[in-house]
Amino acid sequence: MLEELWERPPFSMDHMEKTQFFKKRMQALTIKHAEGCEAYGRLLDNLHFPFREIHEVWDYPFLPVRLFKESKLQSVPDEEVVKTMTSSGTSGQQVSKIYLDRTTASNQTKALVKITSEFLGKKRLPMLIIDSKNVVKNRRLFSARGAGILGFSMLGYDVTYALDEDMKLDLDVVKAFLDKHREETIFLFGFTFMIWEHFYKPLSDGKLFLDLSKGILLHGGGFKKLEAQAVDNDTYKKELNRVCKIEHIYNYYGMVEQTGSIFMECECGRLHASNFSDIFIRNPKDFSLCQKGEKGLIQLVSMLPESYPGHSILSEDVGEIIGEDDCPCGRCGKTFRIYGRIKQAEVRGCSDTYERK
Amino acid sequence: MTNLEKYKKAFVDALGIAEDKVNEELTYQSIVNWDSVGHMGLVAELEEVFDIMMETDDIIDFSSYEKGKEILKKYGVEI
Repeated sequence: MLEELWERPPFSMDHMEKTQFFKKRMQALTIKHAEGCEAYGRLLDNLHFPFREIHEVWDYPFLPVRLFKESKLQSVPDEEVVKTMTSSGTSGQQVSKIYLDRTTASNQTKALVKITSEFLGKKRLPMLIIDSKNVVKNRRLFSARGAGILGFSMLGYDVTYALDEDMKLDLDVVKAFLDKHREETIFLFGFTFMIWEHFYKPLSDGKLFLDLSKGILLHGGGFKKLEAQAVDNDTYKKELNRVCKIEHIYNYYGMVEQTGSIFMECECGRLHASNFSDIFIRNPKDFSLCQKGEKGLIQLVSMLPESYPGHSILSEDVGEIIGEDDCPCGRCGKTFRIYGRIKQAEVRGCSDTYERK
Repeated sequence: MTNLEKYKKAFVDALGIAEDKVNEELTYQSIVNWDSVGHMGLVAELEEVFDIMMETDDIIDFSSYEKGKEILKKYGVEI
């Protein structure tokens, strides 16, 4: 069913088509997970959800993301799991564990490349990663950070890491890289907070200047840690532009539970759902659907997860739908903005049912 | 060195495996060393050895030792 998505532009499904397509795929995925993952099947049972029947996409249950921290949720036999991904939780915090089989892992990479190429172009670009090579060294247990770096690396060549093992900006390496690719468009990638802390700050504090006017920067991971410093997306762009003249900066929204089907910020500054994903906003009190312009919890739907029941999840982020199929950039799909984490994130919903057994 | 020798050596060097492991049976994820980290190293190695630049889709499709030969053919490298 996914086949047809590889052949077309990643933001080309309008509301009507998407509703039909997603409905069918949701049914197939839900049946697969109900049969393959006992805990998920039990949850549907407890909710009295007739999963073999067809439903509207927004009527399917959603799992709070913290369930992936508390339980092993897997829909395929152990021997089919080729990769386990973990969220990059800070120490002491429980991390999410996501179990990938070959198909899901490969579809994640393909979707990521498809979505990102829309903004970077088809040609691979010289790539500078604003992180340390250390992140991808531990290959047994894969962090979301490492997976992100590797996934995006497919779009680059002469992949170079800008930070050394101690997370210090390696100016010599960066300058040599920029010198070598003086005539080319450069693809920069990193995590929102890391870039600010280990790239922007050294440049700004040291009054150093790099010419990245030909660069395209892609970053994700969220502004949570930057809120304390009162840095929002606009400030972020302005400040980075000040220290390295970079003009093209795109934020993306995504989570380890739905790797691959990321939401990209377009030239108009809106986050976009692609053909691989959809988004709904839920009232945090009763989980009813919010209307356009109403703030609530973000529910994420992805067409990719086949080896774990993560095709419909409820985040702890607050957001708001801006529109659908009507962005001035011309891309189809819902557009939205994010307002950060819900206070004292604790979302109760299906998980209570799930725990009742 | 023939192209086949170069091709094999790239697997040995990039994935850090013994030469007898590099054969028709070898596929992506079939051994620990050929995971996504190993894959990017392998791609970089092959591109350098044969002085080519693969398209992203081909990097994704490069799923086995045999499939790789087919893909390299597109870039004028006969193995």
